[in-house]
Amino acid sequence: MTVFVIRRFLQSIAVLCVTAVIVFIGIYAIGDPAEMLISPDASQAERAQVVASLGLDKPLWEQFFTFAWNALHGDLGRSFVFNRPSIALIFERLPATLELTLTGLVFALVLGIPLGLLSGLKPNTATDEVIMTGSILGFSLPSFWQGMMLIMIFSVWLGWLPSTGRGQMGEFLGIRSSLFTLDGLTHLILPAINLSLFKLSLVIRLTRTGVRETMPLDFVKFARAKGISERRIVFVHVFKNILIPLITVIGLELGSMLAFAVVTETIFAWPGIGKLLIDSIMRLDRPVVVAYLLVIVSLFIFINFVVDVLYSLVDPRVRLGGAQ
Amino acid sequence: MTARALFAEDMLLGRLLTGIGRSPKAVVAAVVCIILLFAAVIGPYLTPQNPFDLAVLDILDSKLPPGSQSMDGMNYWLGTDGQGRDMFSAMIYGLRTSLGVGVFSGIVALLVGTVLGLIAAYFGGRIDTLIMRIVDLMLGFPTILVALMLLALLGQGLWKVIFALILVQWATFARAVRSAALVEKNKDYVEAAVTLGIGTPRILIGHILPNCLPPLIVIGMLQVANAISAEATLSFLGIGLPITEPSLGLLIANGYQLLMSGEYWISVYPGVLLLMLVFSINIVGDRLREVLNPRLGER
Repeated sequence: MTVFVIRRFLQSIAVLCVTAVIVFIGIYAIGDPAEMLISPDASQAERAQVVASLGLDKPLWEQFFTFAWNALHGDLGRSFVFNRPSIALIFERLPATLELTLTGLVFALVLGIPLGLLSGLKPNTATDEVIMTGSILGFSLPSFWQGMMLIMIFSVWLGWLPSTGRGQMGEFLGIRSSLFTLDGLTHLILPAINLSLFKLSLVIRLTRTGVRETMPLDFVKFARAKGISERRIVFVHVFKNILIPLITVIGLELGSMLAFAVVTETIFAWPGIGKLLIDSIMRLDRPVVVAYLLVIVSLFIFINFVVDVLYSLVDPRVRLGGAQ
Repeated sequence: MTARALFAEDMLLGRLLTGIGRSPKAVVAAVVCIILLFAAVIGPYLTPQNPFDLAVLDILDSKLPPGSQSMDGMNYWLGTDGQGRDMFSAMIYGLRTSLGVGVFSGIVALLVGTVLGLIAAYFGGRIDTLIMRIVDLMLGFPTILVALMLLALLGQGLWKVIFALILVQWATFARAVRSAALVEKNKDYVEAAVTLGIGTPRILIGHILPNCLPPLIVIGMLQVANAISAEATLSFLGIGLPITEPSLGLLIANGYQLLMSGEYWISVYPGVLLLMLVFSINIVGDRLREVLNPRLGER
């Protein structure tokens, strides 16, 4: 077990290094770093000063080590627009994104698992057909367009829910979040639905496949023979077996939801890191872009690492397979 | 091979066609796909105006609701956008761009992935490990994140978007081809071909590859749908295609600001077209997956 965790950890570090190198090459080798890291309206003197202070006159490998060393110390440059360390900007907005992502994930699970069960227990019926077609529709609806339609229907036509911003925030146990006020909640509903619809389709399909694969197995027949009620069979025995693949995929999808939050946040003007990224790209605020990329990749690698370790705890075959 | 043999029940194409034919939903979706593809190909002959010819645009015609008449008597069935462009024409041109980018990047990714997958499976050993490590790395990251990273670093542009889409897609093909080819590699016919002294490239392409086609076709269709969707998303965010190359995503983005003021048609109609395109490709792809391999499992 320990060996598995250590090896997996080293792999994560390796991936992180590769990403850092790619981002570095992206800024320093392909483009002109002076062009990218110095504000476009800087004067010649300022320019020369920054080139010297960034060490851009040094060889490339030396520049890379400076970049890596600074990054390890949490120094990823200062934002041109806000004139503050870019990493601080990211961490300031991260809670908003996490709040949105987690709410979306809960939505997807609470709706997706029952629908998937319904569809899987009655395969090839009208209910199944409707749910499955609905889930293909969920896959096909481009997330940004679906968000626009949500705004059009619920904010513009019906006027039920607000379409922009995070609303009022409440404080509970020292955490500030929109979840704790009514106003905040109404602001959260549309973005969370928007973000979760794609994952909802995925959860439905996974649950359905799981049910259909598990139902014909011997232990289910045995449970029936013992006279256990159908309800108990489905919700206790079958459900446990579906959970394993579901947990893995959900863990991995959490990362992709963090990435997709870029789209949702842009549409709903949600003040998270995704909106910060797009705004920064538009304003040519490159230090923030670099910081976002490194933070999101680290976060993503960390989630993958945790999921893999958890999964190996649940299913020993994973770490045995890895040891060969 | 005669046409009859090609369409026979046991041939691949025959299996695909009968499989689609048995599901009314898939037939409708396939017809929609074909119509849209056809419309994209003959686009310029179909549209009442060239939406990029500034000479035919009249600013007085801007933001007209669907069904209204232009200054010179032409009917705008789907209305006009902020520049007085006929929405229908703009959408057909957008469809051309979207479909073109999606299909082109899908095909190149398929070629790259297939070659690498075949090489990995056939030669095994270090080459296999190296290729599959890269594949695992690529598949570990969500598509949109990799594309965002690339475009944030490279800036927008048609070829940059295509490059990003190829980069995020090839690994899926490589993995599918490799696992199919690994099964085929140990079959007797490959051994027979080796004994006959047939060259490696010919064995790979002429003998193993045709037997790996079924999963490739399914993944290919679903990937094209994904690519179209991803390109639209990137363009909507403003980091995809430039304004000179308007895809459906860009048309939707242009109409987004006007949505709130009631000019819904500028972004809703392109959106419906995009949805029809992606949805119908997905339905056909999904059906093919069931037909070709009921045990392939679902995502």
